[in-house]
Amino acid sequence: MTEYVVLSAILFTIGAVGVLTRRNAIVVFMCVELMLNACNLALVTFAKQHGNLDGQVAAFFVMVVAAAEVVVGLAIIMTIFRTRRSASVDDASLLKY
Amino acid sequence: MMLSLTEEIPLVHPTAADGAFSLLWLIIALPLAGATILLIGGAIAPKPFKVWGHLLGTLMPIGSFLISLVLFIQLIGRDEGDRQVVQHLYDWISVGTGSNELTVGMDLLYDPLTALFLLLITGVGSLIHVYSIGYMEHDERRARFFGYLNLFVAAMLMLVMSENYLGLFLGWEGVGLASYLLIGFWQHKHSAASAAKKAFVINRVGDMGLSTAIMLAFVTFGSTSFTVISAGAGEAGDNVMTAFGLLLLLGACGKSAQVPLQSWLLDAMEGPTPVSALIHAATMVTAGVYLIVRSNFIFELSDAARTAVVIVATVTLLWGAIIGCAKDDIKKALAGSTMSQIGYMMLGAGLGPAGYAFAIFHLLTHGFFKANMFLGAGSVMHGMNDDVDMRHYGAIRKFMPVTFLTFAMGYLAIIGFPGFSGFWSKDKIIEVALTENLFIGICALLGAGITGFYMTRLMLMTFFTTKRWEPDVHPHESPKVMTVPLMVLAALSVLGGVMLAGDWITGWLAPVVGQEAHAEPPLPALAITAIVVLVVAIGVGAAFMLVGQREVPRTAPTDVSFATRAARADLYGDAINDHLVVEPSRHLASGLVRFDRTVVDGAFSGAATVIAGLGVALRRTQNGFVRSYAVSILGGVLLVVLALLAVNL
Amino acid sequence: MNDFPILTLVLLVPLVGAAVVGLMPTREGVDDRPKQVGLIFSVLTLIIGVVIAAAYKVGDGGMQLTETHDWVPAFGVHYALGLDGLGLLMVLLTVALVPLVLLAAWTDADGADAKRFVAWTLALEALSLTVFAATDVFLFYVVFEATLIPAYFLVGGFGRKNRSAAALKFLMFQLGGGLVLLGSVIGLYVVSAQQGSPSYLYSDLQALDISTDAGRWLFAGFFIAFAIKAPLFPVHTWLADTTEQATPPTSVLLVYILDKIGTFGMLRFCLGLFPEASEWATPLVIVLALISIVYGAFVAIGQDDILRLIGLTSLSHFGFITLGIFVFTAQGATGSILYMVNHGIATAALFFAAGFLIKRRGTTLISQMGGLEKVTPVLAGLFLVAGLATLGLPGLSQFVSEILVLIAAFDYAWYVGAIAVSGIVLAAVYVLWAYQRMMTGPNPAGLQAELDADAQGEGVRDLTRRELVVLAPLTAALVLFGFYPAPLLDVSNPTVYSLLDNAGVADDGPDVPVGTHAEEGDH
Repeated sequence: MTEYVVLSAILFTIGAVGVLTRRNAIVVFMCVELMLNACNLALVTFAKQHGNLDGQVAAFFVMVVAAAEVVVGLAIIMTIFRTRRSASVDDASLLKY
Repeated sequence: MMLSLTEEIPLVHPTAADGAFSLLWLIIALPLAGATILLIGGAIAPKPFKVWGHLLGTLMPIGSFLISLVLFIQLIGRDEGDRQVVQHLYDWISVGTGSNELTVGMDLLYDPLTALFLLLITGVGSLIHVYSIGYMEHDERRARFFGYLNLFVAAMLMLVMSENYLGLFLGWEGVGLASYLLIGFWQHKHSAASAAKKAFVINRVGDMGLSTAIMLAFVTFGSTSFTVISAGAGEAGDNVMTAFGLLLLLGACGKSAQVPLQSWLLDAMEGPTPVSALIHAATMVTAGVYLIVRSNFIFELSDAARTAVVIVATVTLLWGAIIGCAKDDIKKALAGSTMSQIGYMMLGAGLGPAGYAFAIFHLLTHGFFKANMFLGAGSVMHGMNDDVDMRHYGAIRKFMPVTFLTFAMGYLAIIGFPGFSGFWSKDKIIEVALTENLFIGICALLGAGITGFYMTRLMLMTFFTTKRWEPDVHPHESPKVMTVPLMVLAALSVLGGVMLAGDWITGWLAPVVGQEAHAEPPLPALAITAIVVLVVAIGVGAAFMLVGQREVPRTAPTDVSFATRAARADLYGDAINDHLVVEPSRHLASGLVRFDRTVVDGAFSGAATVIAGLGVALRRTQNGFVRSYAVSILGGVLLVVLALLAVNL
Repeated sequence: MNDFPILTLVLLVPLVGAAVVGLMPTREGVDDRPKQVGLIFSVLTLIIGVVIAAAYKVGDGGMQLTETHDWVPAFGVHYALGLDGLGLLMVLLTVALVPLVLLAAWTDADGADAKRFVAWTLALEALSLTVFAATDVFLFYVVFEATLIPAYFLVGGFGRKNRSAAALKFLMFQLGGGLVLLGSVIGLYVVSAQQGSPSYLYSDLQALDISTDAGRWLFAGFFIAFAIKAPLFPVHTWLADTTEQATPPTSVLLVYILDKIGTFGMLRFCLGLFPEASEWATPLVIVLALISIVYGAFVAIGQDDILRLIGLTSLSHFGFITLGIFVFTAQGATGSILYMVNHGIATAALFFAAGFLIKRRGTTLISQMGGLEKVTPVLAGLFLVAGLATLGLPGLSQFVSEILVLIAAFDYAWYVGAIAVSGIVLAAVYVLWAYQRMMTGPNPAGLQAELDADAQGEGVRDLTRRELVVLAPLTAALVLFGFYPAPLLDVSNPTVYSLLDNAGVADDGPDVPVGTHAEEGDH
């Protein structure tokens, strides 16, 4: 069991570092997905450990939300790319004080 | 000890009004109706009221006078112990239950004291209304003037007829309002408007005393009714009675222009002359004397309060007389004299049961002769193009014989020429004063001498000496409508002393103020009279020497002694008020306005500024970079995890 | 008739009126219809108010004409209405005043502006009526806060150029107070839930057994909110700014109706729910009240803007009202209730008259007026009557309330009475000095020029008939209640007795009991 949790933690850390360091919006987006899936893995693992379905149900919720997020997020990234010819998240910093 | 004292105090214990006395309310209602009709009607339909408004206004006090006369005759017909009646109109204020109940009725009291006042107010009031028909003939707003006069008469009647202090206060403030409106009647003049305001505000200082006295009355007796208070006064304790007396005195000082609240009276001469005669000589300014005489059951129980009254009175009678000596404005000279004469009345009132009746006696005679002289002065002004400076008069007697003769009657009465009304009343007060306290008596005597001086000076400068008029002035006698009231008042000035015949007035007022066994004066009464006459003669003689024998300059000389300068400046009464009260208050007000804007409001707007600044600083964190938001999310998560660990471990 | 929900009706009529006026189509050019419709609705409300007064049983101190329906049963919240003497007087005065406000503001705005003004005014009327009639604390809180919405738009929408800043300041102060109040309202729920089923009904809360500490905290929340509303020193600074910037009719609505909610709340909730805590706080409250009386008067004396001046006089008057409430005697509480009514009438008249003056002279600065008495004697006269009422002249209604409060203050402690009584001198100064500078003296140059223009039919005129209709009933009420306050006293006395009874206050009688010598006197 521990291995699954460790793998989940490694995946999550990779995703988090990716979100913090990468500029390309697509990569950032994929890193976010990675973090979500790391969480899913942990949830499923704990569900197995506890012997009930709560974690699995939660994992389904996360997947549904992730899917919805992909739809909206990709649409936003596409629109930004169309207007700015760039997918860098640092270029889109107009929404500030 | 206390109980034996209370038994000496005559109680107010009226019986319910019946028969003719149930008409009491009408005495007030008539002028009140007149005022309402004239003021409201005059505003709605000015034209018709200009034609007959003054007639309506004059009929009302005459009607009241007739009722007062009938009631007076009825009252004489009653037994001495049965001469107090009360008419309950309705409950004015009623709050509280049980022992804490406060019920103030609109109750009218009619007793010998009130009866005399009613005759004075409505009688002299009617005469002055008649006079005003002529005096105000050319004023556009004559109907309104009569409306104000009627309002005054109604309020003054309320003052003297109320059975409780709160009702008295209603009248008290009502006359103050009427006085305010009438002093400022020509309010397009700055001086009139500001004199009116000054009179009202200074009176309010006195009213503070009277209203505090009302509060004290409620706390101590649970009532403001004379009946209840006079019954319970003996049990309230000396300190309470002293406080009560001093508060009433403060009120009286305001209304009666006694030192230290005297300074408004001279400025009040900005009002039309009939106003000065009615309000600022005959009736309203004597309300303070009425208040003290009416409250005799309180002053009887506090020597300290009575002493205070005597001191105030003595200072004022000299103060007013000194001012009267230096004034060139005929009305202001008379006003100084009024102040001084009211000082005599207050002195009488402060001397206790021996003096109450004489205070009222002097009040009545003064009402006659001073109204007479004020109206006479008005008549002179009428003939002199409204000039009030006596230095521009001179030798008027030949041109205005009726005015001169009637004025002379008033003059002889006020200086106390033997036989005239003022002689009897003032002589009695001085006699009582000498009996009670030699020093006070001598001051009163001195005042009589000064009175002789300034009145003679006024008389000489106005009616005798050489003429000093402007070339375009043509003195002429006033119309009948003005001279007839003068003649009536002159007759009263001469004959007013008849009230003393057989000690009628002391006996008449005994049910109200009590009658003290006459203490032996230090000298025989006749000797005192002789001394008084002698002192007055010296004053008159001095005036003849100083004014009559010399040329009177047309402009007031400036190289005069300090004493004269001080007297011309009203003994610096205004300067003292300005420096001690007005200026500090003004600074305080403007200082507080700044304080309000900067400190109090600043605390709130300062807090708002701080919060706004905080917002400016904090919004820098919203830099628009997705990754820095992600870091803060991560940091937040870490913090939460750490916090959870810290709590759980 | 007994079960007819007449209180709901009186709230609904102006609310419907506001909706109708608000939804009326805007027309081009001069359009008086919104004003006319608004006036009809407000008069209708007034008529219902009169019916309520007729149905009210004078002499009973409890709640009457009650209606109770569950609203949020889980929290014990009800839609509950009812009137005692205090509430009845407030409701009557509100319904009487709104038509006058609409009339006075007739020419202030046109077109869409007029529509908005009328709609917001009616909305404010409906909400204020609910405040005065609510017998459920939660309902009270909700409408207490809701009144801010129309008030904000009235201040911010109409008036002088800094009005939006003033409106914001007004809103911030009021919301601050409302927040503290909310804390106490939630606290009340906790206390009441701990003692069985939660209920916000006033009668249930009165029966609660609140611990001393909890009572004091809850009291503080209520009192702070009401002190800001009233206002008392030192949280008064919104008042002068608001009255200065808003139009005079708006100021009447604010000072006359909204501010009264503050003192109304002190009587109804502070004294009614937390008598013990109220007595505990009395020394502090009395000090604040005394400061307000003297401070407000002095600051008013120093003003040059007539609207600010009138606003600040209210600070002084609210000091009197608060003083009367917190001395815990029948005279004080009755005096305060009367004061609320009479101050409303007098100040409303003063504001209206000042508004008419400002219309004529085009300035609010006292120093730039002068000499108006000669030109507009009726206006000047009515202004003076209202001013004299403000300074507490006997014979005008405010005197009765002022002397009752003063008597009660003196009964509490002689020095409290002595300090408060100085207010009557200061009031004379600020009223008469302002009158002197505005109305008397020779005509200033500007006015003279306008009078010359009068020859062509333009310029300064005395009151129009519409303006007279606004001022005349107020002036008549001032005189009537000055000489015959019995109708007001009969309504307020029973309420005060039951309030004090509930607070467990026993008045000590006079030092010399009445009647000890009466027997002797009769012989």
